[in-house]
Amino acid sequence: MGKFFAIILVTIAIASAYPIVAHLYVQPEDISTHGHAIDEQLADTMAESGFAFLGAQLLLAFFVWKFSERKDGGKVRHLPGGAKVMVVAAFILVGTEVLALGVFGQKAWASVYFSPAKADALQVQVQAGQFAFYFRYPGADGKFGALHPDKIDEGNSNFFGLDPANDVEARDDVVAAELAVPVDKEVHLLMHAKDVGHSFYVRELRLQQDFVPGLDLSLHFTATKLGKYEILCTQLCGLGHYNMKAYLDVMSQEDFEKWMKEKVSEQ
Amino acid sequence: MQEASPAPVHVHAPPTGFLRKHVFSLDHKVIGLQYYGLALAAVTLGMVLSWLMRLHLVWPTAKIPGLDLISKVGAPGGVITPEYYLSLLTMHGTLMVFFVLTNAPFAAFGNYFLPIQIGAEDMAFPRFNMMSFWTTFAAFCVLVLAFFIPDGPPISGWTAYAPLSAVGSDAGPGLGWGQNLWAISIALFCAGSLLGALNFIATTLDLRAKGMTLMRMPICTWAWFITSCIALLAFAVLLPACLLLILDRTAGTSFFIPSGLVISDRLQNHSGGSPLLWQHLFWFFGHPEVYIAILPSMGIVSHVLMASMRKPLLSAKVIIYSMLSIGFLSYMVWGHHMFVSGMNPFSSLLFSFPTLTITIPATIMTLIWLGSLYGANLRMTSAALFALGFISMFVSGGVSGFFLAQPSIDIYLHATYFVVGHFHMVMGVASIFGVFAGTYFWFGKMTGRMLNETMGKVHFWVTFIGTYCIFMPFHYLGLVGNVRRYSSFVDDFMGPLMPVHKFITIAALVTGAGQLVFLFNLFHSRFWGKPAPANPWEGTSLEWSIPSPPPWNNFGSVHPVVYHDSYQYGVKGSQGDYVMQDSPEQIVGG
Repeated sequence: MGKFFAIILVTIAIASAYPIVAHLYVQPEDISTHGHAIDEQLADTMAESGFAFLGAQLLLAFFVWKFSERKDGGKVRHLPGGAKVMVVAAFILVGTEVLALGVFGQKAWASVYFSPAKADALQVQVQAGQFAFYFRYPGADGKFGALHPDKIDEGNSNFFGLDPANDVEARDDVVAAELAVPVDKEVHLLMHAKDVGHSFYVRELRLQQDFVPGLDLSLHFTATKLGKYEILCTQLCGLGHYNMKAYLDVMSQEDFEKWMKEKVSEQ
Repeated sequence: MQEASPAPVHVHAPPTGFLRKHVFSLDHKVIGLQYYGLALAAVTLGMVLSWLMRLHLVWPTAKIPGLDLISKVGAPGGVITPEYYLSLLTMHGTLMVFFVLTNAPFAAFGNYFLPIQIGAEDMAFPRFNMMSFWTTFAAFCVLVLAFFIPDGPPISGWTAYAPLSAVGSDAGPGLGWGQNLWAISIALFCAGSLLGALNFIATTLDLRAKGMTLMRMPICTWAWFITSCIALLAFAVLLPACLLLILDRTAGTSFFIPSGLVISDRLQNHSGGSPLLWQHLFWFFGHPEVYIAILPSMGIVSHVLMASMRKPLLSAKVIIYSMLSIGFLSYMVWGHHMFVSGMNPFSSLLFSFPTLTITIPATIMTLIWLGSLYGANLRMTSAALFALGFISMFVSGGVSGFFLAQPSIDIYLHATYFVVGHFHMVMGVASIFGVFAGTYFWFGKMTGRMLNETMGKVHFWVTFIGTYCIFMPFHYLGLVGNVRRYSSFVDDFMGPLMPVHKFITIAALVTGAGQLVFLFNLFHSRFWGKPAPANPWEGTSLEWSIPSPPPWNNFGSVHPVVYHDSYQYGVKGSQGDYVMQDSPEQIVGG
């Protein structure tokens, strides 16, 4: 039974590691300026964890193979060095890993959160509500009109609760159901939730940030590749959660201006 | 070695009435079995819910016969709606985390064996003990009631994030009375667990037999003791959190609800609350809860391994100190569930460091288990197989924690199946492997009849291979960016991943079917199994010094006296390669 256990365990360990080593399941191509740091960190962690995983499973299999149902009289022996070796090994192996990953590996986090968006970044307000995202651009005046939750009226497409009759700044605001951004231009997202918690997740941007009702949060990124990418809600928000998505459309500067003109004429 | 002799004790007469004997019993052993039975009912229900979820994910239009009888709205014609999927998900998580992973390894085995292993006649407060079980039972009934009310079970997940869980039925189905029942159930559960935790602590500190110093206690007794300290602090936070949630929902308070929310086209009449407050309170409980689930299994596995290896661990002390440091650190890491929650990004780094650090005691324990196998004479019983399986699962589930402990990686993997794979393996499957190991090890002691070993081994292989087939692919899905808590994958991106989902569903059904072997074994062996001797595994701790099943007051009319550490294996004793803890004989060699 011990040898059988060892064989099955080795098979499981190799079968589990194979899809990772063969890169069968990997994250989609990165389209952000900060994403490579996240991918590198992920790859480093994968290598270290993979080593720990395979090392421990193979050692377990080897010891069970060798020391189960022994026929040699069964006199038990103890590992030379005893517990001390194990404690020292754990401190050295994992301690180094903790320091390496924990202290020196936070570059990516810092690049997303610790530096503010540039002053000339494109500001877009995102509102998450059951079960759609809406995006608002400040228009020609560069200013967002004020929000009035009591004026939200989805039937009349007033998703944000704007008051253009009394609020000059709100009159030229552009509201869209997709997030159009120019390529290689920093985007500053101003995020708020209309009703319950939601989240903003774009795999290719390596970005995820919750919307928290009552909190104004922000996020900044620069997309580097043209194309359409899914924006998913990843915070359980109710019955339509699985269907709450929008698209990030990364365009050339000219296309973005054309898109903006079309949107202005539609408003 | 201490010189002492067994002292006669005052003996309470056993109860005679049916109710006092089997239902409202004060006997810790009956209460332990009651907890085990409750966990078994909860795990069966929880597993069936997971099958329904897995079926819905890959065959969303499949008709499940009979399901419409339970919920006409949730499953019209037997087809699960997206919102009913969320109900199943919420109930699955709640049942498993609270009523299985807390009840089985901690409350069930702890109640049964903690007093026996320290040489006590019963718990310190037998009435509290009975009350803690029946409060937990009431909590279970209240939760399950949610299936049968018109509103249906809540859809806000087992974490019940506010304001979705706090604003009432405007936010969706199940968020009216369904969510109320959830909050009441969890508040009751907390109250029951607090009583239990207090009892465990008092019993361990006050009722140890003569010679049973703290360091002579078996490792599983230590694990239950440390777990009860963790539980005392954790449930004491979740209980008021649930009460505040109930107040927000029913009394118009706004602890977790800010102003200006427009839900179902209605401006909500709340102001001043904070959704993040709920998350902090919940996870302040929620992360220690992971250790409430896993520490008892670590203890059980260490206990079973030593009897199976016929040698002590390299160091029981190191295991105990590691468990203590895990318990201590478990209170500093809750924020790693909230890296992308909108919490201050600097605090994420503060939470990341202790989270990574907690892997040090976990690694020490793993290396001690592995290193102890060296030179062992391993008896491959079903209990030993599950204990070895635990080590394998704990490693597999543990290494993925490295990823999620780092905010810069969590930003990509958060809320994906990677997280689902991680916590299912490490706190779910590993912990349950500890419960299985304990069951095969102690069933004879608890019932007087041995479980069938052949069925046990079949059960192990199906479960071991099956759970790897289910939960390893979850990690792959997460790496690609497959998000969790979606009732179907309607977009093009996740479409190509459907074959993996189908594989997982089939693996889940097969592994689930394998559990029928276990259930059959339990019921068959209970009545027709081989009669259990007092010490079938040649164990050393006190539970093996008394008949199987133990008499009403455990040790008859004497107080046991303890002369040795709990694990005198690999020595020359009068009965073989071991010396019992309560045997006054001198230990020769080793």
